[in-house]
Amino acid sequence: MQYWIIQTLNSLALGGLLFLLAAGFSLIFGLMRIANLTHGSLYMLGAYVGISILKYVPNLWLAAIIGGAIIAVLGGLVERLILRPLSGNALGQVLVTLGISFIIADLCLMVWGGDPIPIPTPRALQQPVFVGGVAFPTYRLVVLAIAVVTALALYLLMDRTRIGAMIRAGVDDMQMARAVGIPVSRLFTAVFCLGAALAGAGGIIGGPIMSAYPGLDADMLPLALIVVMLGGVGSLLGAFVGSFLIGAVYTFGTALLPDLAYVILFLPMIVVIAFRPRGLFGRQSV
Amino acid sequence: MKRAGWLVLAAALAGLPWVAGEYYINLASQIFIAAIFAASLNLLVGYGGLPSLGHASWLGLAAYISAWMSLKLGLGHWATAPVALLGTTLIACAFGWISLRATGLGFLMLTLALSQVLWGTAYRWVSVTDGDNGLRGLTRPAPFGINLDDAGSFYYFALTITAVAIWLMAVFVASPFGAALRGTRDQARRMSALGHDVWLIRWITFVYSGFWGAVSGLLFVYYNKYIHPASLSITASAEGLLAVIAGGSATLAGPIVGAAIVMILKNYVSAYIERWNMLLGFVFVIIVIFVPEGVVPGLQRLAGQAKKAWRSPR
Repeated sequence: MQYWIIQTLNSLALGGLLFLLAAGFSLIFGLMRIANLTHGSLYMLGAYVGISILKYVPNLWLAAIIGGAIIAVLGGLVERLILRPLSGNALGQVLVTLGISFIIADLCLMVWGGDPIPIPTPRALQQPVFVGGVAFPTYRLVVLAIAVVTALALYLLMDRTRIGAMIRAGVDDMQMARAVGIPVSRLFTAVFCLGAALAGAGGIIGGPIMSAYPGLDADMLPLALIVVMLGGVGSLLGAFVGSFLIGAVYTFGTALLPDLAYVILFLPMIVVIAFRPRGLFGRQSV
Repeated sequence: MKRAGWLVLAAALAGLPWVAGEYYINLASQIFIAAIFAASLNLLVGYGGLPSLGHASWLGLAAYISAWMSLKLGLGHWATAPVALLGTTLIACAFGWISLRATGLGFLMLTLALSQVLWGTAYRWVSVTDGDNGLRGLTRPAPFGINLDDAGSFYYFALTITAVAIWLMAVFVASPFGAALRGTRDQARRMSALGHDVWLIRWITFVYSGFWGAVSGLLFVYYNKYIHPASLSITASAEGLLAVIAGGSATLAGPIVGAAIVMILKNYVSAYIERWNMLLGFVFVIIVIFVPEGVVPGLQRLAGQAKKAWRSPR
């Protein structure tokens, strides 16, 4: 019983982290038609930067905010200086993000070394919560709560604000959005920064669960890709549902069939792609 | 003139082991393997307009199947090679069916995700793949009783296979089917309206490309006598893609030149610095921004301009 509860919570926490990663990836892809392959690297860089910030600011949440901001600035610079001049050249943009992800991965290896670095759980959250005699790891519950709150905030941003309406217009029909005077160019940068910030903060918040290690980027990026392909490109709801689905499949797959966890992970996506190429909640085909 | 050029090239390639040291012979063998790999990827990327980021799947899969069969089942090369090629091609049929549900960036992400699945499986399915240790203790085949263990004979073996592979890929591209493939790249809708089955053309190309990727994988595992999950990684796929883009996609010579550039860079630079990944990243960024057309088309353009300047009276 205890074991399954822990596994369920693990899967929900992983789902929450995946949502932080996949939401940004999905929005960037949906709006800008850029498959941002640096997204996994931004997550990893966030975790490492968080480790360095924690040396001076001994508060995980503050570190997540500062780290997220730093990664957002970096993402904005990449978008403005490198991706913007290549607009219209989709393959070129993918290759450049791929190249940058290699550079980031090697830089992390250079600066922080090859050994995994754990991020300590905040002391207040180290004790499990007892409900009906069953222990729940508090930190995972908090991560889940953060993801849900972020999802709600993103939903309100996208669905209830003027900026959200402009982004949705850009996702649905970019040329028409431009024609009616929506500053699509500025929106691009804003969305890219937002996605990068979520990824970077996600890396720090995920730190106490996953720690930071070389290869974290290569572990997380395919998960985000699968989530986005499963849920539907550009769809927040799709990213949300897909994240928790993949989080569950991955966690239980690893627990039950560790050898073939990666194959199982991938089955939901095959089924969805086979019958509904645009994904569960996607409006556009990829 | 053209025939003379081919003769000179053939003589140079055949004579290389007589003049070059073992290091360079081995480097050339590695370039051949990378050239088949890049040329097969070019069928998709260049001629089909389908950017794949999962081509390492075919190299790694063929190598793993061959290595696993000979180590764990104790089978000889006469059995492992055909099964590895066939098995890899069958998986390519399945992966192609899934990946080609999408085109463009969706296709790229699907191929990437699928190849990451193989990579993760190679790492974690320790009872089969020995995980991070890789499969070691392999041998090279001895076709017709010729021992391939020294650098020179392996060089000729790789050269022969590469020549056949490149020739068969050239035939594929030059055939009416190849013309239809380029048609689906440039004008998919018109090709469809003309009665071509665009999806089928792309799928056949995907499978054919996977087959030659598997051939390069066999050569790879024969050369190294070792296979590690890193050969399935996104870095390996990216190196192939870089070779195609750097050399010039949708040209025959481009991927070969690109493969040579990547392998030489990798061999030389790794000898001096550890940061191969970072260099690879920088080369990617620089090529895409400054030489997007690739080296071979770029040189062709310059040569054309030079010829024109030479012929035109001052």
